[in-house]
Amino acid sequence: MVKEIERHGLPVVHMCTVVPISLTVGANRIVPTVAIPYPLGNPALEPAEEKELRRKLVRQALKALSTEIDDQTVFKTL
Amino acid sequence: MEKWKIVHYINQFYAGIGGEEKAATPPEKHDGHLGPGMAFAAQLKDVADIVGTVVCGDSYFNEHPESASPVVLEMIRSFSPDLVIVGPAFNAGRYGMACGMVAKLVDEELKIPAVGGLYAENPGADLYKRYGYFVETANSATGMRQAVPAMVGIVRKLIAGEPVTEGYLPKGLRKNYFAAERGSKRAVDMLLKKLGGEDFTTEYPMPVFDRVAPAPAVKDIAKAKIALVSSGGPVPKGNPDRIESSSASKFGKYDLRNIDDFTAENGETAHGGYDPVYANEDLDRVLPLDVVKEMVAAGEIGSLHDYWYATVGNGTSVANAKKYAAEIAKELLDANVNAVILTST
Repeated sequence: MVKEIERHGLPVVHMCTVVPISLTVGANRIVPTVAIPYPLGNPALEPAEEKELRRKLVRQALKALSTEIDDQTVFKTL
Repeated sequence: MEKWKIVHYINQFYAGIGGEEKAATPPEKHDGHLGPGMAFAAQLKDVADIVGTVVCGDSYFNEHPESASPVVLEMIRSFSPDLVIVGPAFNAGRYGMACGMVAKLVDEELKIPAVGGLYAENPGADLYKRYGYFVETANSATGMRQAVPAMVGIVRKLIAGEPVTEGYLPKGLRKNYFAAERGSKRAVDMLLKKLGGEDFTTEYPMPVFDRVAPAPAVKDIAKAKIALVSSGGPVPKGNPDRIESSSASKFGKYDLRNIDDFTAENGETAHGGYDPVYANEDLDRVLPLDVVKEMVAAGEIGSLHDYWYATVGNGTSVANAKKYAAEIAKELLDANVNAVILTST
């Protein structure tokens, strides 16, 4: 889906947990996420902390969308 | 002849531990066979024994491959096997990835053969088919009755020392051979046929590289319109469009203007391929609507498209996923969206 949207000219960032799959199928901008059942969350954290984690990940996604790239790039959140 | 010792690698579901709610099960080992191992044991009993079964939760392996791999490897090694059977995983993506990674470990570290079964579109197939003999299976466990004998056939050949030349996903390994005529002559002959409009057969089919050039970056996110799309199945509570939990036949388009935050009351996941508990409690964990809306209000993002788009990636064919995405892309372009965040589980 990521590639097809990008084929239409829209920059897309793939936020996903199993990065090797995203790389193999050819997503260009990838942001690794937390876990399969909760990519943008973490039920082990307090709600406020979880939301901050989510915000950090989304900010990384926006950074990926704003970065010119030549090739597939994984934007890890530090 | 001594019977071969075989170890079987399976996931938490086939081991009878549980379904998605147990997908985080760390590696464990059992003597003898478990689950589908029984069929392999029965069909191989004159030439081999399934001496042990190693099990790992699909999410556990895929989320911690670096730490899970050595543990799984040592568990397999502890049985001193001659061969390892992995899966069959059919189209289960995480399971296929785990089976593939185990086959690679077995091939590289134990230097013994791995035999498995995968549906051709399983992401584990392209990545790992070179490390084992992977029979091409149906896309679901309804194909178990065909997959097991096909895998057994390959195991028997390996035990008998016979060459295995077909019946598995091509590994992409080259074998040298002496041709009757040298390459330059064969190439010229082929070219003459091509120029003459005659049929010719390539000696090397070109792989299909389906890559898309990266789209230009967004110049200023603070002025950009973003859209949210997901293959993780995030839908309004009640799944009004009845998007299927597997092999989705459609995608949904949902108005997000009246939702600032997902709760157990207004959102749920339709996706059947992961433990839904966490997404059902708070769908923001799959579609980050709450923080995106705050970022729009704070001016970090220009604006958010009025709708989110969702489908279920679980077992959905590449062709269908492409079709849905093409329709979504056209709508986004019509709505002057500048960039897309697509989340997957």
